[in-house]
Amino acid sequence: MKPSVGTRSVQYLVAYLLALVAIYPIFLMLVSSLKTNAEIFADPLGLPKAFSLEPYRKLLDSVPFTDFLLNSVFVSVVSVALILVFSSMAAFYIARFSYKWNGILYFFFLIGLMIPIKLGIVPLFLLMKQLALTNTPWSLILIYTASGIPISVFILTGFFRTLPVQLEEAARIDGCSNFQVFWKILLPLIRPALGTVMIINFIQAWNDFFFPLIFIQDEELKTIPVGMLGLFGEYEADWSMLFAGLTLSALPMIVVFFLASKQFMEGLTAGAVK
Amino acid sequence: MQTKSKGNWLIHLFPIPALIVYVLFVIYPIFSAFTYSLYDWNGIAKGEFIGLENFVTLFQVEPFNEMFWNAFSHNVIYFIVEMIVQNGFAFILAYILYQKIRGGEFLKIAYFLPRLLSVIIVGFLWKLILNPNFGALNVFLTKLGMEEWAQPWLGDPDTALISIILVNSWFGMGFAVLIFLAGLQSIPEEVVEAARMDGASGLRLLWKIILPMCMPAITIMTVLTFIQAFEAFELVYAMQGSKGEPFYSTDTMAVYFYRLAFGGSGGTDTVAIGLGSALAVVLFFIVASMSAVSLYFMRKKEVQQ
Repeated sequence: MKPSVGTRSVQYLVAYLLALVAIYPIFLMLVSSLKTNAEIFADPLGLPKAFSLEPYRKLLDSVPFTDFLLNSVFVSVVSVALILVFSSMAAFYIARFSYKWNGILYFFFLIGLMIPIKLGIVPLFLLMKQLALTNTPWSLILIYTASGIPISVFILTGFFRTLPVQLEEAARIDGCSNFQVFWKILLPLIRPALGTVMIINFIQAWNDFFFPLIFIQDEELKTIPVGMLGLFGEYEADWSMLFAGLTLSALPMIVVFFLASKQFMEGLTAGAVK
Repeated sequence: MQTKSKGNWLIHLFPIPALIVYVLFVIYPIFSAFTYSLYDWNGIAKGEFIGLENFVTLFQVEPFNEMFWNAFSHNVIYFIVEMIVQNGFAFILAYILYQKIRGGEFLKIAYFLPRLLSVIIVGFLWKLILNPNFGALNVFLTKLGMEEWAQPWLGDPDTALISIILVNSWFGMGFAVLIFLAGLQSIPEEVVEAARMDGASGLRLLWKIILPMCMPAITIMTVLTFIQAFEAFELVYAMQGSKGEPFYSTDTMAVYFYRLAFGGSGGTDTVAIGLGSALAVVLFFIVASMSAVSLYFMRKKEVQQ
């Protein structure tokens, strides 16, 4: 039984209209970055008359975008790598062994899911200062790693638990140590979960701007989101350049997304739906 | 499945790295904020222990109490509007996708695309679009012959907050669609078929069968929206600065907290770490209690299964 033709048409109208609402601002951002300022102010909705890359040239002259990009890559990649290593080790311990404190340990990690970590920013700031980590990428890496651990331990523990014990027993009979069981047998089997954890945390680290706003002062140490914050303060009237900056900031993530859109969407929602 | 063999004590080192980082940079800061809230602490050094006085100040002393309730009411509005606009539309879209529609895969990607942008990029982009003079939205309305609808969206206290919440809905809708769709797809087909055999269709089917069976997804989305609404900071900061312009009409508790903790006119012009920490504690209990309630319900669900 299908909905009636009338209902169906309304459904199509609503679905595609809202798709337009979702995409159009992004399209507008891209198009505007190829216009001159005069064109934007005269006709904000029109298409560019001559595709000009001038805004991009100006942008790259005024901000060290390559630095921002490399900082973002460094911070995100190192954080995600640390999260994967630390969380999978902890999850392996919690899921595959039954020491009496394992349950408490698991619960202790889960508390982190309920804590809005931003609220600890003042003590965190003072702590980073004591450790002489403010104004270094390591302040961000440690925070992203720490705050990514709860959800990652949660997802990975769940996955480890689904694996049959026999695999492990067979490996042990063949003389595998705990570490070999973990590294050679189980890790390859939970690859999908590792992918999910990777994506969730990568998006988080890449897009965050609250922590770099507070911890990073040096221009050349800024990540993309905070780097762009400065641009908006300084070049308020140069809209084509601002649009170019926005486009360039959005681009890396959109490219990565199109390489693996399905995993991306599943990965990001996995933590919530599970 | 106890697996003990000799010389394997090394296994106890496995959770240690995660534990250290987590305790140092999540647990310790949050619990320190609790103690900070009990001290008179303005600026550089920790002052004397003053018990709950910061909380009293927060709730009873002008202008802090006004600031608090003003920001709090905005968080509540944030939550309600997000539930209606973002989640309402998202559910409708998910239901349409669930009933199969041509281009479904494309639509999912389209709805999700804004979610890939950093919130600060979203804020800046919409600041340009909502600009009263050259912004695309007002120009668009004028072209449609609806000049009287054109507004200084972010400059007028009456429209600023709602504009920001709608931008947030634009950002978050695609994620909500995916959650609801996952919920809808987890409903066993036999159940829906059986209801159809019994003659249920259209709204009746939706109301009596689909919605109740989709409750887990709806609960999760409600909780996430609540947490997000009460932590709202980035978008407001990007679009309206740390004072929630104009005239604190877009202020939220997290923005107010930022002002108190890092200085600049949160009622005072100096940093007020003790007071800021007190606000953090209040916010912590609001968010954590919602999370705890949700964990309880999810546990219950697990038991039933």
